[in-house]
Amino acid sequence: MHVVIGVVCPLSSHARHHHFIENWRLRPRRLRCIRGTRFNAPAQRRQPRLSMTDAIQLLISGVATGAIYAMAALGFTLLWQAAGTINFAQGEFVMLPAFAMLIAIGLGAPLWLAFFIALIASIAILGLGFKKVVVDPMRTHGVIALVVATLGLSIGLKSLVKAAYSAEPHPFPYLFGEEIVRIAGVTVSYSDIGALVVAALMVIGLQLFLNRTITGRAMQAVAQNTFAAEALGINVARMIAYTFVINAILVTVTALLITPAYLAKFDMGDNIGLKAFFAAIIGGFNNPRGALLGGVLVGVLENFAGAYVSPSYKDGVALVLFLTVILIKPDGLLGTPQERKV
Amino acid sequence: MSWSKLHLAALVVGVLALAVAPAFLKTYGLYLLTLWLVYIVAAMGLNLTVGYAGLKSLAHAGFMGIGAYTVAIAMKAGISFWVATPLAVVICFLFGLLIGFPALRVQLHYLGFATLGFNVLLVLFFRNEEWLTGGTFGIQNIKRPELFGWSLNGNAAYFYLVLAVTVIAAAALAFLLRSPWGRAFAALRDNPIRAESTGVNITAYTLMSFAIGAAYAGIAGALFAPLVNFIDPSPFGVGTSLLFLLMVVVGGSGRFYGPVLGSAIALLLPEYLRFAKDWYLAIFGLSVVLMMIYLPGGLLSLKSTLQLAKSKRDAKLKEAAQ
Repeated sequence: MHVVIGVVCPLSSHARHHHFIENWRLRPRRLRCIRGTRFNAPAQRRQPRLSMTDAIQLLISGVATGAIYAMAALGFTLLWQAAGTINFAQGEFVMLPAFAMLIAIGLGAPLWLAFFIALIASIAILGLGFKKVVVDPMRTHGVIALVVATLGLSIGLKSLVKAAYSAEPHPFPYLFGEEIVRIAGVTVSYSDIGALVVAALMVIGLQLFLNRTITGRAMQAVAQNTFAAEALGINVARMIAYTFVINAILVTVTALLITPAYLAKFDMGDNIGLKAFFAAIIGGFNNPRGALLGGVLVGVLENFAGAYVSPSYKDGVALVLFLTVILIKPDGLLGTPQERKV
Repeated sequence: MSWSKLHLAALVVGVLALAVAPAFLKTYGLYLLTLWLVYIVAAMGLNLTVGYAGLKSLAHAGFMGIGAYTVAIAMKAGISFWVATPLAVVICFLFGLLIGFPALRVQLHYLGFATLGFNVLLVLFFRNEEWLTGGTFGIQNIKRPELFGWSLNGNAAYFYLVLAVTVIAAAALAFLLRSPWGRAFAALRDNPIRAESTGVNITAYTLMSFAIGAAYAGIAGALFAPLVNFIDPSPFGVGTSLLFLLMVVVGGSGRFYGPVLGSAIALLLPEYLRFAKDWYLAIFGLSVVLMMIYLPGGLLSLKSTLQLAKSKRDAKLKEAAQ
């Protein structure tokens, strides 16, 4: 994401790119070279030859972005498994905590405090509130009704933030600073390393929780077979509630890590949500580890495609990967086949 | 008077009312009315895909964009509107097949994601391929067509063209739905496996419903470009596609007049209430959630939902009395 190879315009941070692109209509034609390239270096006069160190840089920042996608994807997968919920508003679930943190920071809170406020609000509203108000009443209506409802929720939340807060992109503080380090000729930003470490800890921690604790295993049992789990005395309702809480935590951490690069904007969730869907399906919709693999694959391939093929079509990589994967292995790379119900 | 005669009479009155409407409307009102018809054509196509065949397509605005750009580019190259429009329809149809095929090999809800991604890709294409689409500057001064030497440049004249196309497209759809194909689509929606076992080729019919829906979006796009005279990527984004799906569901998916109501609520009103558009959409989006909880069949299902509730209540009372 922080690739600055071949940048012709004097704008190095893509956060600033983004800002300029939002206001491109106000700019003279001199800046036309950045039009249409949302998060990346301009398309024109790109230097085609990239060295090995560039490739490593691309790989590292790609894995970092991918790990962030993976977190959103993981929440998405967990909700699907445990509660049969396809959440089309997952992207907005990342956007809202970002704005919650922004508002808290605006009121004078330091970043860590803002994060905890957002986390608690997120667990209450996007976790338990979402379950209670939206998902539970629709339990009997089937998946499609819920898909439509979350689509409506997505549009509603986006428009609400746009109308009530702002339509402009807002800068967001970097958790790990904006500095760059050079290790053996490879340039890496602290924020990439930090994002990678945090995302990896979250995903591994969640894996350990799901596989090693009684609660985690009970949650998996509910995901695999709700009736059998209930017969074994597992409190199914509580396990499902935990899943929503975990999703709320995941989206808040995702917001913390990705917003500095994307900027806080009402429609920032479009991109993140879509990448999370694709990552989840590429990896395998019914396997939490698949989300991690899918996220990292999407992040890395996007970065390489952006540098070596065309930065303009970077956002199309996930779709191509998705179509390829479902043609070859319809259940995703790590997924297991599912039975069809008549 | 039987119900179907009443229905026909209401239909004739509705079309007649639309036909005399230009005499009473100012420029902007007429523009909105024309736009409404264009969106109805697109939404009818999506209603076939979503409501009758039960597939979730989230690229409808993208297909409309293909139609609009095809017509705009062809007309700029000197090709007649009357040649460009069928071309746009065919291209949309083929793209529908192309996208539907891989997604339909697997579970049906993947189609939603595949089409969503396809729409993102389309917008990137519209925005980046400046040599063809004019990039973010779009294509300007798209002329309105002529018919047998009559210019359709005036707002009222163009409105009548759009009205005629809408009526023809609606009639074609009604005919299609009454044909064995329509029944096959319904069978597909209600139970794909049973449909397959009774000899319906589900892959072919699913693809067809998807591609025909895309073709309707192509017609709408072809009418849209000369209507607004200017196209750029923004009206064909993912957001519009989501609104398209919601308008079909809100109106009542699988109900013939659902798109008429839905497109008025989801696209026409926000356009009319421009000054409060974001607030309107916020309320609209959140009301969709409520509607899916209490009225999942859409607004036009209100009557049958109430009847069902009443009959349930009656049955309960009867049981209690015994």
